[in-house]
Formats: sequence, structure tokens, C-alpha cells
Amino acid sequence: MPHLIKRVSRLLTAHLDVQLLLVTALLMAVSLVVIFSGSNQNLLRVSSQMINMLVAFAVMYAFANIPPHFLMRIALPLYVFGVMLLVCVALFGDIVNGARRWLHVGVTRIQPSEIMKIAVPLMLAWYFDRYAKSLRFTNHIVAAALLFIPVGLVVRQPDLGTAMLISAAGCYVLFLAGLSWRIIIGLAVAGAASLPLLWSIMHDYQRQRILTLIDPSQDPLGAGYHTIQSTIAVGSGGILGKGWLQGTQTHLDFIPERTTDFIFAVYSEEFGLLGNVLLLLLFMLMIARGMVITANAPTLFTRLFGGAITLTFFTYAFVNMGMVSGILPVVGVPLPLISYGGTSLVTICLGLGILMSIQTHKKLVQS
Amino acid sequence: MPELIINPGVEIRNSKFELYQFRMRLAIASGFVMFMFFLLFVRFFYLQVIQHEHYDTLAEANRISIASIVPNRGIIVDSAGVLLATNYSAYTLEIMPHKVDDIEALIDQLATVVEITPKDRRRFKKLTEESKSFESLPIRNRLSDEEIARFAANRYRFPGVEINARLFRQYPQGEVFSHVVGHIGRINQRELDNLVESGLDANYRGTDYIGKVGLEQSYETQLHGTTGVEEVEVDSGGRAVRTLSRSAPVSGNNLVLKLDAKLQEAVYRAFGNNRGALVAIEPSTGGVLAFVSRPGFDPNLFVDGIDPQNWRELNESIDRPMLNRALAGTYPPGSTFKPFMALAALFYGKRRPEQAISDPGGFQFGNHFFRDDKVGGHGAVDMYKSIVVSCDTYYYMLANDLGIDNIAKFMGQFGFGSRTGIDITGESAGILPSQAWKMKRFRQKWYAGETISVGIGQGYNTYTPLQLAHAIAAIANDGVMYRPHIVDYVENIVTRGRTVVEPQPLRKIDIQPEHLQVVKNALVGVNKEGTGARAFAGAPYVSAGKTGTAQVIAIKQGEKYVESRVAERHRDHALFVAYAPADAPRIALAVIVENAGFGARAAAPIARQVFDYYLLGKQPTPIRVDKDNNDASPD
Repeated sequence: MPHLIKRVSRLLTAHLDVQLLLVTALLMAVSLVVIFSGSNQNLLRVSSQMINMLVAFAVMYAFANIPPHFLMRIALPLYVFGVMLLVCVALFGDIVNGARRWLHVGVTRIQPSEIMKIAVPLMLAWYFDRYAKSLRFTNHIVAAALLFIPVGLVVRQPDLGTAMLISAAGCYVLFLAGLSWRIIIGLAVAGAASLPLLWSIMHDYQRQRILTLIDPSQDPLGAGYHTIQSTIAVGSGGILGKGWLQGTQTHLDFIPERTTDFIFAVYSEEFGLLGNVLLLLLFMLMIARGMVITANAPTLFTRLFGGAITLTFFTYAFVNMGMVSGILPVVGVPLPLISYGGTSLVTICLGLGILMSIQTHKKLVQS
Repeated sequence: MPELIINPGVEIRNSKFELYQFRMRLAIASGFVMFMFFLLFVRFFYLQVIQHEHYDTLAEANRISIASIVPNRGIIVDSAGVLLATNYSAYTLEIMPHKVDDIEALIDQLATVVEITPKDRRRFKKLTEESKSFESLPIRNRLSDEEIARFAANRYRFPGVEINARLFRQYPQGEVFSHVVGHIGRINQRELDNLVESGLDANYRGTDYIGKVGLEQSYETQLHGTTGVEEVEVDSGGRAVRTLSRSAPVSGNNLVLKLDAKLQEAVYRAFGNNRGALVAIEPSTGGVLAFVSRPGFDPNLFVDGIDPQNWRELNESIDRPMLNRALAGTYPPGSTFKPFMALAALFYGKRRPEQAISDPGGFQFGNHFFRDDKVGGHGAVDMYKSIVVSCDTYYYMLANDLGIDNIAKFMGQFGFGSRTGIDITGESAGILPSQAWKMKRFRQKWYAGETISVGIGQGYNTYTPLQLAHAIAAIANDGVMYRPHIVDYVENIVTRGRTVVEPQPLRKIDIQPEHLQVVKNALVGVNKEGTGARAFAGAPYVSAGKTGTAQVIAIKQGEKYVESRVAERHRDHALFVAYAPADAPRIALAVIVENAGFGARAAAPIARQVFDYYLLGKQPTPIRVDKDNNDASPD
């Protein structure tokens, strides 16, 4: 009997990665603690996030058990589907807050740009894997096109934040696929040179965000308000923080979106520099594990896709913390595994599941 | 993977190279991640360690709002405790102009919820023009409970509008005390600048009102009190969450006046419909017993900003109700100047009391004949008679003998031509003419002929009723002068401690007692057998007085020309100075009734009523000036 139980449990957990699981659990624990504080001790919010976590674990478990070659198969259809949805959005999307981002599907609305965060790196990884044997310059051109079609559509919505995240994920794939340094440097220079052009096509509110970042005090009660208040929260936290549930910025309503995008301000105010360092270490552990898995991945596809996923975690964490601490403009990026909200949690856990799948399906591929 | 089998060596080599290249790239990416996280760490370190104090202060400032608690303004009562200025609390509807884009539209909307009259709108407009920035301004005062409820239900529609409970100043005695008590009004920019300059602005945080005139102004520092401070923790919406610390405000001190409200009112009523002023002083202390300037105005109109229409009416009225006649109105003293001239004559040795002149009905000086009132003259006139019958010729000659500078020097001792130092501001100094004065004022030398009319209180010299009362009180008090004061004592309402406004002897006038007695006897004679006899007939006390009539060069007439009234306004002013009881004076007064003719007819009866009330407790009746009656004895 014990032998049977052991075998069954080994079978069930065969595709889980203990280290990733451990870091994830730790981050989620932190998340619940901070959401409790940020929601002014609202247990309903905490329990609702716990349900989100259960769902996210289920998704993670499911994807951990899906072999990577199955993902290769859905790469192209998912990408085409996603682009089609984006076109639909551009044609008949709902306008919310002045941006056309949402698409009505039956009873609910979806935001197709979210799908592209996964679909674009998946597609590119598949593409490079497919043409790996005969990689030419034209392949990079095609890859660039594959990247910029959806990014362009998202920019048009306009949703600069998401567009940046999608292109970041795509660029990671290009970079890891061995895009020559000459082109990278050339693009960087061209990018810098095109900044004025970019500025000219930006919407007013986008320019405002960037101007506000440079000098938040210009508009202390308007666009700069969030940045100023969250920076004050972080700075007033000091080395040890004000203590759990003791943040004045948090509890007197000065921080906006306290459980979602700006949850890091709450954390930082109450747990201080020490807490921040701990959080950075947890994220680095997670990323490091992702890097190790990726480095040892068996195929080009898994290497590229795994690397892109890992670096995307970094991007989210960096952009969010940078925004809260006032060095990046305010974009709607949640802090991975910490911010309240089902969508982002499920997306991150989906990525973690894929990493686990890559790690645990290695032997199958090699054999 | 068929290629793998066909060309295994190449693929493996490629694969190994590719793996190596990939891992290199991965390492670079890892380095990038480390570097970026390090940047974050640097940022955190900067914010949380290096700049921690700065942001801590900001967070504190964020959550702590310093709210001022305005102290209750001290009240003002008369000597018997009758309220002259008090506070009541009421609700106001206030707009914060800086939070509202279109104020007109907002007021239109508000008018659908609470009643807003055109008068309210005009007043509000005036307030916005005069206001300091960022203060909320009342659009409506004294909201009813129903209006408060209706606004509360619609509150969400009106951002930038709020209901506040405020203390309002009220002057229950209205116009009777308007020129003594004065009034408060909203602090204007100039007053704010003054407060900042004197370092008092902190104590006025949250205070909207300040004393503008009268006692409200001169005792502002006593009345205002000390502003309390409350540290309140607020959320980002500015709502108070809890109180962190609180230092209670200290209420302003109360003023208890020397004035008697009943006497004041009696005097005010005694004037009937006449314009004029009366100042009554307690000679032995300088305490002001009555201080009337008529017409007055309703000071309550000014408390929360007067509306333009009332303001115009008060300003343009031909009666000039805003002028404090007792304090700032200057009138020629007329014959009330004669007793002082007589004292000067004795002082300089120019006349002996019994020395008589012959009055031919006037005095010839050069080409000009200065006429006496009485055609044919008074015959032989000594000093006593000169005062009792008010002989002009006697004083024409005397003035000529004394010379203007001697007169000026002597009269200066009685306070003529200088401010008395009474405890309300806005006092006029009057004019005590001298050679130096004329040179300074007109850049002309003094002509000897000009001295002669000064002798009977005409010419250049003009004084305020207060100065006249002050001077006659000096005679009543045997030459010892006290600074006149309206406030008896200042009461600290917490400790109940009293700060008495001490009678301050200004000076002892340099005159011989026997000289003074001559004049005092003559003044008693005036009321017994002279020009004041009719007014004081049958009085059970002995009083002293002197009538006067001042020709109207008068109050400047800046108003519109109203023909029917002009003639009346060119009539002489009636004056009377008096004190009683004659042997131990308890009250001295000066009264002027504008354009009322002879002093004996219009002014002396008021003095009689005041004395009757003050000494006997007899209620006064308004006097009537019979305009066609010209038979009164000349003064």
C-alpha cells in the first residue's frame, strides 16, 4: 500500500519543479500578507486572492504536464488567432478610458493583447526552432515582422505598456536566438534616433506620463500624484519599514490601487529596505531557477521560449517596482505573484508551469 | 529528425556551438537582470536610507493637517453689564472659489436648493473681489434647519461648497453704539499685510474677521484671543480620521465699558431727529459716560460684508451717518470758548475779574467793525457778566490784547488742537491756530485782525466735541486732566481677572485756584441767570454751563445738491458745554446739535436731560427744535 501511494504521488508530482514551487509559494504568502494590509484588513479580498491562487496552481499543474512539443503545435494557430482578434479590436473594439482595448465576446469582454504576451514569444521560438538549420538574414526580417505586426496593433489601441511588454518578450527571443550584435547595436542607435519621431506620434496622455516621470511635482494633484505618493510611501518606509498594517500612506488612502498595481508601495512602506531586498532576492531566485532550466533545455524551442518566459518575469517585476519607486512611467503592470488579480496570477503561473514542463520533459525528448 | 542521421558530425558540432552561444547570451541576459535589480536596489537605498528623512517628513505632512480653532471673540458690555457686542453661532453656506470653475453657474444651481437673493449675490461678488486667496466665502448666512437639510441631501452636486458653523458678531444696541463699539468685518488684504508685518498672522489663521473701527478695532488684540491648534490625521480626501493633539484656543477678553447704555440711549433719543454729538466724561477719572454721534448706522450690516446698496446709501447720505462726529467732526467752538479765554486773560494778567469794559455793540479794528449779537451792546461788562450774557465785544478786545500765540499756548494746555488720546482710533486733532500754524498751513503770515474772531470761538479754530468735553472736564476737575477712556476694565473670562484701564492724569494745568473760581462762578451764573437759565430752570442741583453758537462753514458738503435742505444745513450749530453738580462735578459734557441755531435753544436742553438722568435718574424725552422760534436769548 505505501508503495502504491508513493508511486501514485510520484506520478502526480513528476512534472513539478520543487524549487520554483517553493519560491512561488513564498511570494504568494507575501502577497496575502500585503493584500490584507493594502485592503485595510479585508479578509474577503484575501480569500478571493486565495481562490485565484488555487486556480493559478491548477493552471500551472496542467501546463507542467503538457509536453513542450504540444506547445510548438499550437504556436502558429494561437499567434494567427491572436492577431486576428487584435484586428477585430481595431475594427469593433469597445472604448474604455479613451483606448480601444476590449473585445466583446458573448457575455464577457476580453483583452486580446494579453494573449499576445504569450503568443508572440511562443511564435518566435517556434519560428526560430523551425528554421534553425538554415537561419538566414531574411529569417530575422520575418521574425521582426512577426513581432511588430501585433506590437503595432497594440500601440494603435493605444496601450503603450502592453506593447512594450510584448516587444520585450519578442526581443528576448531574438536576442537569445543569436541576433548579431551589429544589428542589436544598430537597432539601439536607430531606436534612440527615432525617439523624437516616437514622441511626435504619442498621445497627449502618454507624453504627460513621461513628462510627469521626469518631474512629478509639475502636476502634483494630477498625473504626478500617483508617483509622488508612492515614492513618499517607499521613502518613508526607511530601512526597517513602519511595520505591518502601520503604513500611513497606505491606510490613509494616499496610495492608489493599493492591492493591485501599487501593492509594492504598501509592501515597501511597511517592510522597508530589508523587505525590498528580500523581495528582490525571491525574484532573483525565481529567475535564476528559470535560467538554469532554460540553459539545460533540450531543444532550441524550449530554450528560446523558456528564456523569454524567465526574462518576462524579470520585466514585470522590474517595471512594476521601477514605476512605484518613481524611475519608470506609470504603466499598468502588476507585480508578479504579489499583486491582487486573477488574470496576472494565472498568466505568471502558466509561464511557471511551462518552465516546469521544459525541465521535467527533458528526458522524454532526449530519449 | 532525419538530418541528424545523414550528417551527424556537423549537426552535433553546430548544436554544441549553438548551445554555447545560447548559454553565452543567457549569461549576458542574467547579467543584465542582476544589473537592473541592482539599479532598483540603488533606488531603494536612495529613497529609504539617504532620503528617508525627507520622505518621512512628507508622509507626516501628508497625514497631519493643522487645523486652527478660532477663539471666541470677547464680548463688550456697558458698566451695568448690558450687551453691546456679542456672538451667536449660525450655519453659513460657503463656496471655495478656487475649487470652482464657473461660480455664477454654481450659484444659479445653489439657488434651486436654498434661497439666494440678488443682495446675497452682490455681497458675495464684493467679497470675492476683496478676499484673500484660498478662503471660503459665505454666499448665505443664517441657514434655517430646513435649508441645511435640503443642501445636505444635494451636497454631492456641489463640490467646493460646504456648510460651516460659525460664530457671528452681533450688536444688539444697533446704531446707538455704532460710533463707540464700532464693528468687525472680513480681513482685507491690507489688514492681512499688517498682520504679517507685525508677526500676528499665525494667530489669525482661521480667523476671518477683524475689528474695523471703534473699540472693536482699538482693542482688537484683547478681543481676539489666542487661536488654538488641532493636529488632525487626515486621509487623502482631506477627511479627518482622528485628532492627534490639540491646544485649546483662548477666548478673547471681554471689555467692560465706563459707558452707561441707558444714558447713551437716553442721549441718543434726546437728540430727536437732529444730527449732532455728545460726549460726557467723568471729570475725576476721564471715564467716558456717554459718547454719541448721531445719526449712527446699523453696525450689524458690516459684520459679514456689507452689500453694495447699503454701502452706497450710507456713504451718499447727506446726513453722513458714517462720520463719527464726536471723535472726528470738527466744529468752531463758538462762545463755549469764552470761559477758556477768560482763564487766559487771568493767567496773562490782561484782565482782572472785576475790571469792566464798555460794550458799544461791537469792536472797531482798523476798517472792520466786529459786531456783537446784541445791537447797542451790553453796557458795562465785567468778566462774570461777559460769560453769563456771552458778550462778544469783551472777547474781541481780549483776544486783541492777548495775541494769537498767547491764546494758542494757553489753550494747548486744555488739549485744544491735539488728540485727547481716547481709546478709539480715528480722532481728529482739530485746529488751534497760531502764527506758526498759519505759516505752515497756508505759507502766510498771521494778520492781527484774524485773532479777534478767534476770541469768540470763530475763525480758524475748530475742535471736536470730545475735545470740548475734555476741556470743560478739566475746568470741572480744577485743572487736573485725565486721558478720556471708554473702557473701564478688560476682563479675562478664564481667570476672571480684571485689567483696569487706570485713569491717567495727563497734566495739571497751570492756573490759580482763585482764577478758576471766578470762571466757575460765571459758568454757574450762565445756568442760573444767563443764556442757560431757561434750560436749567427748576433743576434741583446746581450746574455750570456755557452756550455756544457756531457759524456754519461746517461739515464739507460732498453730497448732491438738494435745494430744499441746503438752507437748513447752513444754519448755525448749537453748542453747549456743562458740568454738574457745580461744587463736586460728577459729569461734564459737550454737546453739539448741527444746524439747530442757538446753543441755548437746542443744545442746553439735551444737557439738562442728561444731567437729570445721570444725577436724578429721570428718563429723558426727545427735544423738539422749534424752527420758527428765534426769540432765544443770544449766547
